[in-house]
Amino acid sequence: MLLNTSKQTDLKESDITDQAIYRDRRKFLQKSASLTAVSMAPSFLWPTIVSADISFENIIKSDFSTKDELTPIDAVAGYNNFYELGLDKGDPKRNAHHLKVKPWNVLVSGECEETGEYALEDFISPAKLEERIYRLRCVEAWSMVVPWVGVELGPILKRFKPTSKAKYVEFKTILDPENLPGQKRQVLEWPYREGLRIDEAMHPLTILAVGLYGKELPNQNGAPLRLVVPWKYGFKSIKSIVSINFLEEQPPTSWNIAGPREYGFYSNVNPDVDHPRWSQKRERRIGEFLKRETLPFNGYADEVASLYSGMDLKENF
Amino acid sequence: MLTSQSGKKIKPVLFILLLVPLAMLAYRFYSEGFGANPIETVNRYTGDWALRILLSTLAFSPLIRITRWHNIIQYRRMFGLFAFFYVCVHLSSYIVLDQFFDFSEIIDDVFKRPFITAGFSAFILLIPLAVTSTNKMVERLQYRWIQLHRLVYVIAMLAVLHFWWMVKVDTREPMIYAIILAVLLGFRLFFYIKRKV
Repeated sequence: MLLNTSKQTDLKESDITDQAIYRDRRKFLQKSASLTAVSMAPSFLWPTIVSADISFENIIKSDFSTKDELTPIDAVAGYNNFYELGLDKGDPKRNAHHLKVKPWNVLVSGECEETGEYALEDFISPAKLEERIYRLRCVEAWSMVVPWVGVELGPILKRFKPTSKAKYVEFKTILDPENLPGQKRQVLEWPYREGLRIDEAMHPLTILAVGLYGKELPNQNGAPLRLVVPWKYGFKSIKSIVSINFLEEQPPTSWNIAGPREYGFYSNVNPDVDHPRWSQKRERRIGEFLKRETLPFNGYADEVASLYSGMDLKENF
Repeated sequence: MLTSQSGKKIKPVLFILLLVPLAMLAYRFYSEGFGANPIETVNRYTGDWALRILLSTLAFSPLIRITRWHNIIQYRRMFGLFAFFYVCVHLSSYIVLDQFFDFSEIIDDVFKRPFITAGFSAFILLIPLAVTSTNKMVERLQYRWIQLHRLVYVIAMLAVLHFWWMVKVDTREPMIYAIILAVLLGFRLFFYIKRKV
């Protein structure tokens, strides 16, 4: 019941299960699963999960949460950019069942000591789930307010003991063209990939989300595990992560490959740097009629502006 | 073969048919709403229909050449004016709903965003065509009327560009319109070359 207890916050790096033991455990589980033919899902994956319509318990509130009015869940889970599940905003919800989220493993590789493939439950469970109500600003000039459920990314990354060479973190979305309708066409270079500088990844505002509105992530929102970086345009918050890779060099990222002049590596929300094809000065909050002013770093300037001190943000857009 | 007698009956039918897209929009609003981003929905929808009806006006002359239904030419003006009408609705939805009369933003858009420059130019160029659409104007301008109304080729190309430059990565839909336009213009080129030869 790791997710449930209140004294699990200070995980030491030594707490990580040894790779050898971990691999054996997987084998054991596979065997027992095939023997008993009992589904390992959901009780095994999520110890705190109640049942079918899966809710999390004892989610901690966070001081980082905004007081802005929440965007209704119908919009949060019905108006999505998730090209793997289709290009129209309504497609991801319609095609959500094509994304197979159980079982789910995350491959950790690159400049860290604890590389390996981790099952989702090992990945998240030692940390405490928090509710983070964040503004989400899409590069397309609309925005939402989403009550995410997740954990800070930084402590999780530290468990893998990144080396001094780890200057960047690269993330990849699942590649499954057999099942994911959007991946049958090369609209973007699949798998979708994103990256952060290591200090951005370690920033306490950066989270890995596993849920929203108190429940497991709907598939169309990037189940079962997604990044949320609230001061950057939405496309940086990569969905359905299967790979985390520590790198010395800045990794290529999907939208930057597709349109280098339009989507920068940093893609911090910035009202002073327009997208070449539309203004970024204002945004339409979903549910509102009049546009509102877009804030530098999406309103998180106090927390994150120092990460970029001395940088020309028009150059490094 | 159509007679002008039956033409009088067909015109009101076409008029109503051309209003159906607008009626469908209204129906959708009352039945299910426009979804999470209603303004975007209205903008895309009216833009789609403006482009479709605009391209349909270019289908008349190839169709006449192929079918010899010369009488259908009497309906072309209605399609042209409806194209202008849907363009106006589309533009209004941008000015009123999307920008809410923020003219500094609108002017910025028109001059700085190529896709809006293209769309707005198409609108401006449509105005003289709409103004000179009356019988009187056709008589008065004579051959110059034909020359003036050849602007519709430029307008149609601007309209397709407007769509093409707007999309982020998936150009399939604007490509369909571009192909249709290419076919419609290709017909004209074909007949033009045939006449020369």
